Amino acid sequence: MGRLAEILNHLQQGNSEMVSNLTRKAIEEGISPKEVLDRALIEGMNIVGKKYGDHEIFLPEVLLAAKAMYAGMDVLKPLFLKEEVPHRGRIVIGTVQGDLHDIGKNLVGIMLKGAGFEVIDLGNDVPPEMFIEAVKREKAMVIGMSALLTTTMPVMGKVVELLRQEGLQDRVKTIIGGAPVSKEFAQEIGADAYSYDSANAVKSVKELVDEVKERYGGNP
Amino acid sequence: MREIIEIPLSELKPEREEVLKAQGVPAGREQPERLRHLLEEAMEIFFQSSHPRALISELTIPQFEALYKGEGLNAPRTPLEGIFRKADGLALFAFTLGRGIGERINALFRTNEFALANFVDSIASTAADKAIDLLAHFYLRLLSKRGEANSFTGILGYSPGYCGWHISGQKRLFEFLHPEVIGIELLDSFLMRPLKSISGVLVAGRKEIHQFADSYPFCNQCPTHSCQERIRKLLS
Repeated sequence: MGRLAEILNHLQQGNSEMVSNLTRKAIEEGISPKEVLDRALIEGMNIVGKKYGDHEIFLPEVLLAAKAMYAGMDVLKPLFLKEEVPHRGRIVIGTVQGDLHDIGKNLVGIMLKGAGFEVIDLGNDVPPEMFIEAVKREKAMVIGMSALLTTTMPVMGKVVELLRQEGLQDRVKTIIGGAPVSKEFAQEIGADAYSYDSANAVKSVKELVDEVKERYGGNP
Repeated sequence: MREIIEIPLSELKPEREEVLKAQGVPAGREQPERLRHLLEEAMEIFFQSSHPRALISELTIPQFEALYKGEGLNAPRTPLEGIFRKADGLALFAFTLGRGIGERINALFRTNEFALANFVDSIASTAADKAIDLLAHFYLRLLSKRGEANSFTGILGYSPGYCGWHISGQKRLFEFLHPEVIGIELLDSFLMRPLKSISGVLVAGRKEIHQFADSYPFCNQCPTHSCQERIRKLLS
């Protein structure tokens, strides 16, 4: 079995220590960091994501695999220029103002990083203006917002509205999620996508990022 | 009656299957050994970091009626408005697992212990739900001692934010109950801090009064319809 296949295999089993050690070995053997990242770590998480979507494995296994992926990334990060790990797009996420529920948003963030995105997590209780400042500063392509309370859902609409006012609505796409949120609500406030779980969120974000890249050539 | 109750953690400990179900794992699925160990570790963290406390306070039907109106944002028709008027006893309650557990979950996420963090979170949420049943038992015992309950009496808890009772109902509930004394704070968004806290009203009465069909307009948006399972369990 090749080194990359070994990493891929241990990542799927959630063996963080093995992924970390084997990533180090792969680099010592002359495999480029980018190749390890794309063909072992991200590819491994793609397989894990697919198995999760197909109900072959469940959330605890996905989260163990994610931890293993992060362990591999920790080895690779210093090897990239200015420690900037290549990514397929920058995403800003946060739980909206007034809401402190973190878990769903955290899971989405973990899955997005696993899929190769750079995730800027603003935390919880995030005011609308902070989302806008973050996308401008980070040149992000997508804002992901989470809410678990019906009372805080309108904040999502404010973020979409602020994006419009700033003329950023085509360059920055929005996706929303959380227990009380629905596809209909997303349409009502003009959000670009709605997701009911973390696996689906990754799929939707990929589509949104592709859409932005197609229009602006990957440099919004 | 108004009382602060210390609930032993052992009584809140959820079953493994309940925790796995909360994570979307189907019942009966064989768990890899690593996950079994992780779940045990999560249970230990739950025991180390949780400090459960509850507060319960009785009130009359007219008192609750005034409280239930809240900020005037309830659904036009709700099941609870039909139920509480037939009650033999009403008691507001609040329960918290304390600040420590939430802080521990956040710390685990920060150190990339995602699966462990998520297990602890599911255990804490399941335990908080379980606390309502324990408080209902406590209230039933109290009513029985006073000769105000019999074998036909059933108690269920109802909370703001569910079944048409708008979450802004928390405001008046807090004004009446003052859960601050057990360390629960109400935020402007009507969210409670610590997060692993619950509040609501315990309604005691003939078991049948709790029966309702999940056909209210807001039921379409409910992802669980767990009311029906609770009613079935109470009536069985």
